[in-house]
Amino acid sequence: MYAQLVKTAGTGVKTREEMSDEERNFQDRVDRDEKIEPKDWMPDDYRATLIRQIGQHAHSEIVGQLPEGNWITRAPTLERKAILLAKVQDEAGHGLYLYGAAETLGVTRDELTEELLSGRMKYSSIFNYPTLNWADIGAVGWLVDGAAIMNQVPLQRTSYGPYSRAMIRICKEESFHQRQGYDIMMKMAAGNDAQRRMAQDALNRFWYPSLMMFGPSDKDSVHSAQSLAWKIKIDTNDELRQRFVDQTVPQAKYLGLTIPDEHLKWNEDRGAHDFSEPDWTEFFNVIKGKGPCNVERMEARVKAWEDGAWVRDGLMAHARKKTAARTAAE
Amino acid sequence: MSKEWPLWEVFIRGQHGLSHRHVGSLHAPDEEMAIKNARDVYTRRNEGVSIWVVEARHIAASSPEEKGPLYEPSNSKVYRHPTFFDIPDDVGHM
Repeated sequence: MYAQLVKTAGTGVKTREEMSDEERNFQDRVDRDEKIEPKDWMPDDYRATLIRQIGQHAHSEIVGQLPEGNWITRAPTLERKAILLAKVQDEAGHGLYLYGAAETLGVTRDELTEELLSGRMKYSSIFNYPTLNWADIGAVGWLVDGAAIMNQVPLQRTSYGPYSRAMIRICKEESFHQRQGYDIMMKMAAGNDAQRRMAQDALNRFWYPSLMMFGPSDKDSVHSAQSLAWKIKIDTNDELRQRFVDQTVPQAKYLGLTIPDEHLKWNEDRGAHDFSEPDWTEFFNVIKGKGPCNVERMEARVKAWEDGAWVRDGLMAHARKKTAARTAAE
Repeated sequence: MSKEWPLWEVFIRGQHGLSHRHVGSLHAPDEEMAIKNARDVYTRRNEGVSIWVVEARHIAASSPEEKGPLYEPSNSKVYRHPTFFDIPDDVGHM
């Protein structure tokens, strides 16, 4: 999702006999739903996996500002502009909560930033797609934030305390994001023919990339089994994707829009919708850097980091000077 | 020397007269910027009426390994809880 294809460290779930005393105590605490806090003992692989997962999640929030920021200056009304600005500011806040949670595991903010800028750490594939027209901003809020919520709500119960607390804050704010997106879609879908075409076109382009946000099926993955046992993953990718489809179908119907999947239909036996898988070749290409906007997104982040260096250094120099002057006066 | 801004812990007092509560952390060059950043990061929806920031390196914390010895003295004093004492119903509310 916002964290896709996070490689779980280690070799899979150990049996109780294979675990050390410390590992057994740790697993017992997780099983009892006790929160693990920064100073508590934890397996190295748990720590390493969480840094990857929370880091990738944070990077996604930050890079996720770019496709929406693209429309701040061109929002159709002043009200829409103010709303979008507030939403994008929230995304920055979400990134900061998550970086803060990752830092409690012993990695620095600058290390995380450098890992992103060098391409060693990833962000969600979804943000490598362009936002071509105003309806795309509606589709992003409705589908992309909708998919994000699907993943983040269960993560509020994750075993790592700082991550769980960050997710609780984020979920409180995320619902505004999805509603503002759906509100844009309602306006467009109830508008003239051109507006309806734009809304349908946005849904057509964002549907499969949204399904990809959950990552490929991981029901047979030993790595996912370990993350599930540690409760840093709560549901499998397929479970979340199914829930997202079932939730979104009636919402699309209300808008009078058609989900671009001719195989989509209600399956009475399963009590769920059958639907087509996204093109996983496309997904892996986007992850590898060959999506429509990968280069542009990274250039924007590198530029922001490099152009901001003098501000960071200048403010730090000013703070040191002030402290020195104050110490001298005392 | 690291060029990274120092880490600050942020505490916010909510609307209803409760104590300041830890809400998270952030980086800032000095206390003035830390408060401004805390406002933007942690009070975008009127979450508070007062902000405290303190540099993380100034916080001393108990460690989980000391949990036993540290809290043991209170474990053995159950009479500190009002429910330890049986008051007859006839006495009425106390």
